[in-house]
Amino acid sequence: MKITRRQMLILLPAAAVAWESVLAGTPETSPNYKLSDHWWGMLIDIPKCIGCGNCVRACQTENDVPDGHFRTWVERYHRSDWLMANSGVISANPLIDPEVISPDGGKEGFPVATDTEGKYFFVPKMCNHCADSPCTQVCPVGATFVTPDGVVLVDQTYCLGCAYCVQACPYGCRYIHPQKKVADKCTLCYHRITKGLTTACCEACPTGARQLADLKNPNDPIHEFLKTHNVQVLKPQMATGAKVFYNELDGSVR
Amino acid sequence: MSVLKDAEHLFRFAGLFVLAFVIFLVARHYIVPKSFGQYGHYRGAAIGEIGERPARFAGHQTCEACHTDAAEMKKTGKHAHVNCEACHGALIQRLPNPETPKLNLYQRVVAMIVPPAPPTPLFLSHADDPTSVKPILPDTAVLCAQCHRASAAKPKNFPQVEPDSHSTGLPCETCHKPHSPGMDAGGAK
Repeated sequence: MKITRRQMLILLPAAAVAWESVLAGTPETSPNYKLSDHWWGMLIDIPKCIGCGNCVRACQTENDVPDGHFRTWVERYHRSDWLMANSGVISANPLIDPEVISPDGGKEGFPVATDTEGKYFFVPKMCNHCADSPCTQVCPVGATFVTPDGVVLVDQTYCLGCAYCVQACPYGCRYIHPQKKVADKCTLCYHRITKGLTTACCEACPTGARQLADLKNPNDPIHEFLKTHNVQVLKPQMATGAKVFYNELDGSVR
Repeated sequence: MSVLKDAEHLFRFAGLFVLAFVIFLVARHYIVPKSFGQYGHYRGAAIGEIGERPARFAGHQTCEACHTDAAEMKKTGKHAHVNCEACHGALIQRLPNPETPKLNLYQRVVAMIVPPAPPTPLFLSHADDPTSVKPILPDTAVLCAQCHRASAAKPKNFPQVEPDSHSTGLPCETCHKPHSPGMDAGGAK
């Protein structure tokens, strides 16, 4: 068979494209993991959080989160309007805004609180893995999405870095990665939960204030907890279908 | 056939239109990733790729497989729910890959246009090779205070101390067993 120069010029790029797709192969998936069997969320037990920052450090280690950016962070609230007595709350003034601090995302803990008046509490924050997430709806290229098992992920090979999703997230959970120049966020440690491990933040939490929850698993303790505790999500009025559940959440938390 | 007599230019145009459409379909076939649309308006294969990332925290089950003595002591103590890696750090360490991959001519041309990703790092686990990677043996004088330093902001039922007045700077393990620290529960040294 004789190939002319013209035929060669047509064949070469086609062969290159074909070889690329052969080399790329298919990604390795966890063999026993079925997407349709899970619906992931998280439970955050506010009365248990001591603000040690272990979760923030663990997340940074596990996911190579760049300094100054956070996939999860901890905020400390101080409601000075709360007048406490031994019997409980005497009065509260909802018109006074709470004082919120989060030094370096709470990574190295918090300064010792000197003002003993009022009510203090820690609020760990992270992606709420919304079922109807605003951030995935605004992506112009289909680079961010809710997986069939309920985790909001970013396809970083597809992301343009337009940051529209960063603006769309009502919880401020996304950032543009300073080196990769693409959107980055909490993956709910997708590489861990699909292999039967819990997330890095849950693994590192010393008080069990964070619990990974699989809402499709009938044996998960989350179901009983949701029925027997005062549990809320952040910004319920936005109807995002947030799946990070906060136990004993104060009404002043935004 | 009088109608089609002068319509030859229209057929030629229609032919061009069909050709352009075929070119569009062929181009689309190559440009759109195979798994796009598998689960929705995104690349389905991305789910598997994100799930492939190697873990750093191995989980307390991995530690307990060998360190049964520490697990046994922890089980009944006040630190029963504190996982190993919460204090000792991640079990798996990431080391930079020293080997630079060899590129063929085609890959070198591509690398000129699209900068290549950094080389895949090596992951070494203490569970696979106990001598190569050692988890942290924490300094209790520093570590314990991260959680137990007294602050009005912490929940009232959480055990808190002023480290300076409580131990005058001595490491906590002088008196407490870190794996089971309660003094009344046999945690005293």
